[in-house]
Amino acid sequence: MALITAFVAGLVFGLGLIVAGMANPEKILNFLDLAGNWDPSLLFVMVGAIAVGMVAFAVAARRASSVLGLPMQLPTTRTIDARLVGGSLLFGIGWGLAGFCPGPAIVAFGAGYAKAGAFIAAMLVGMAVVDLVERARARG
Amino acid sequence: MTIDWNAFTPWPATVGGVVLGAAVALLVLANGRVAGISGIVGGLLKPRGGDIGWRLAFIAGLLLSPLVYSGFAGVPRITIDASFPIMILAGLVVGIGVRYGGGCTSGHGVCGISRLSPRSVVATVAFIATGFATVYVLRHLMS
Repeated sequence: MALITAFVAGLVFGLGLIVAGMANPEKILNFLDLAGNWDPSLLFVMVGAIAVGMVAFAVAARRASSVLGLPMQLPTTRTIDARLVGGSLLFGIGWGLAGFCPGPAIVAFGAGYAKAGAFIAAMLVGMAVVDLVERARARG
Repeated sequence: MTIDWNAFTPWPATVGGVVLGAAVALLVLANGRVAGISGIVGGLLKPRGGDIGWRLAFIAGLLLSPLVYSGFAGVPRITIDASFPIMILAGLVVGIGVRYGGGCTSGHGVCGISRLSPRSVVATVAFIATGFATVYVLRHLMS
């Protein structure tokens, strides 16, 4: 059952991105182009998603387990440090280069775009590199 | 700054956002998990028993969404102008960034802000700022 709800959540998430036009890098880049012909649509996507999300997380925060009886695993980290800020600054650069963030890239790959596949493959490499660096560091 | 009224789609954007929010709600209320795509994908690189299936199921749903969408409303419009080398560079930078930053547009931008997490607000301001800056450099300084 948990697999079905996860699948449906992924499917609906993807449909939301497509309906919103957010699976299209062209539209993302036009949002990020403040100095040009600006397309503010992404802000409206955020408002729509956050309005629903706030209700859902308010309910979730009061529960120890999900409706399916699974543990409620909400993030507990509260530290605001250089990792968080530096990583996010870096992510924004990649986002601005391609107009892709992880979700839309997966949706575009599903639509058959090889360039989205290249982005995803490189993203996995980037994640694995961080893990390797961190593991080497932990070993000293 | 001028608003591109021809490209601006406030209604589909808001409706799509609400649909996206419904998916976030479903995943947290049914599965107890946050719909942060970089986290869901990244978790596959450090696999733990019993923690893989739901990630693959969610990603399968994402991958199939364009097919389901075209069954109702035609082929989604996707225009990718960047070249393959730029896509690879961007993917690498995004992969490193989200792993250190602990999330992306969905995890921090949607879920984190919905939870009123100060961490996520800081992360979102940071990546939107460099997103603006990068496109400014590419479109207005380099071309």
